[in-house]
Amino acid sequence: MPTNLQAAEYDTVGQRRWVWPAFALPGVVWLALLFLVPFYAIFAIAMGRLDPILNRPIPEWNPLYWQPDIFVEALGDLFGGRIGVVALRTVAYVLIASVLCLLIGYPVAYFVSRRAGRWRWIWLLLILAPFWINYLMRMLSWVNLLGGDGQVNQLLGAFGIEEFPNWLSGHHYVVILGLVYGYIPFFILPLFAALDRIDDSTLEAARDLGASSSQTFWRVTLPLSRNGVLGGLVIIMLPMFGDYYTPNLLSGSPRTRMIGNTIDQFINQTTSQGSLGAALTVLLMVFVAGLMLYYLRTINRSTEEARR
Amino acid sequence: MTRRVRSVFANPWGKPRFLPLVTALYVLWSLVPVAIAVQFSFNAGRSRSTWQGFSTRWYAGSPDAAESVLHDPSLRFALNQSLKLAVLTMLVAAPIGVALAIGLARWRGRGSKASNFLMLVPLVTPELVMGVALFLVFDHLYDFVPFGTWAQFLGHVTFSISFVVIIVRGRLFAIGRDYEEAAMDLGASPFQAMRRVLLPLLAPALLASFAIVFALSIDDFVISQFLIGGAESVTIPVQLYSGARLAPPPSLNALATVLMVTTIGVIAIGGLLYRIFGKKVGASEGGALETIGRFEV
Repeated sequence: MPTNLQAAEYDTVGQRRWVWPAFALPGVVWLALLFLVPFYAIFAIAMGRLDPILNRPIPEWNPLYWQPDIFVEALGDLFGGRIGVVALRTVAYVLIASVLCLLIGYPVAYFVSRRAGRWRWIWLLLILAPFWINYLMRMLSWVNLLGGDGQVNQLLGAFGIEEFPNWLSGHHYVVILGLVYGYIPFFILPLFAALDRIDDSTLEAARDLGASSSQTFWRVTLPLSRNGVLGGLVIIMLPMFGDYYTPNLLSGSPRTRMIGNTIDQFINQTTSQGSLGAALTVLLMVFVAGLMLYYLRTINRSTEEARR
Repeated sequence: MTRRVRSVFANPWGKPRFLPLVTALYVLWSLVPVAIAVQFSFNAGRSRSTWQGFSTRWYAGSPDAAESVLHDPSLRFALNQSLKLAVLTMLVAAPIGVALAIGLARWRGRGSKASNFLMLVPLVTPELVMGVALFLVFDHLYDFVPFGTWAQFLGHVTFSISFVVIIVRGRLFAIGRDYEEAAMDLGASPFQAMRRVLLPLLAPALLASFAIVFALSIDDFVISQFLIGGAESVTIPVQLYSGARLAPPPSLNALATVLMVTTIGVIAIGGLLYRIFGKKVGASEGGALETIGRFEV
């Protein structure tokens, strides 16, 4: 029998207590140095100063000396300034694209999870396929199709339509459809999983109690899939808010600029604007913090369920 | 299925088959553009929209023309860079992630909650934010790390670790601690129990994480682009991004196709091995699928 002293040193399977933190150590150190510190660096630069000679941001690592100047400038740009329109456009694009993903994705997820019968696994493979096809390749495919002599115009020509817009030069609907095309698989899969988990007997009970099949759907299935819908929406909205490549590839015009394009430009192309880019990144994070927290809670809940 | 098809032909105005129709249209819409892009990577001519016959010139054409994936230096470098990064990332992120998963699942002391939180946050952080963060830190603080392969490698490992933890953790919970306890009742030391019981049981999850990390790394665009050093650290997705609007020849489609086949191949092998070795303790397969779906953005 182990004494109390020994019991404190060992855990339930007799492993020494320091063993488990030791296992976690490399990963924790890695994430501290290469996630936490970089995360902090955004703040240090957004709250830092600009070197007047080199025109380069100087980070301020000590929060006691943080200067709000650049931050105030970014806020001024955002509310009413040159970036306000871009921010509003980003929100509009993301909301419209998310609603479209919901309208198209729900029937697809519902069919594959509950109505596909014995061909289910083939349907499942087909809706999983876009996951493993590179996002940029999927966009490249549309650039090919929508080009001046592309297949879309050839098809329209075959129907006698000879007048077509230049699809790839600044159309809101092209960028929004591009976003839907790009992100909808990530909406469908979590929803599929949620619908798949619904117990058949629940639905049978609804039918036994006299609900019609449409009543069963609206009053049982739909409420039970609520978390899947919300999870899917959060999963696609987060990367959409940070997207800059989709509007660049499918339009490239300032008319379809999203907030990601502004940040990408400030950080990657003009060194003197780095601090402003960092400040905008902070503001973007504040804006999507609610989504991030909801998503965190979902992951935590699903691990808690797995643990039980 | 055939009966259903026949009934549609017999009575096309019968009960509307809304759901299968929508799903079929969706699948066509999501996959046909890619299929066309693949088709034109085999075009004999330079066009990406007019079919001029089958050829593999854009994959392995003659070295003199330097126009194929194999012989155009910029495309070949991109392929090399992507493969190099994916293999390096896989070899480093998977072991770190597996150890972190084991540690976090069993560590019950001070700091365990905070570490768990630190592991989860990268999963929900938009890639743009992570790209900006890493760019700024390598530019201003860790300036001994050169932009290019090294920075990209560190970045890829950083976003991959959490995925590995989530995959392995699911499996760990499914295994439970009974097997290890049984081993120790039979006289194994704690370390023997881990090495000879737990690790073999974890092998499928380890294989799955290798495959997923490889795919995550080779498909990554944002981090690779933010941490790029110069022409020599262009990866395939970055090459696709910068070349797409410049009226590229079909060799760009060929490069994209090579990337697609590589990713799907690695995932298929990983999935197959997971199925072969994964049945023993009845870990939920739906769980693994959901993990991929939930976190791969």
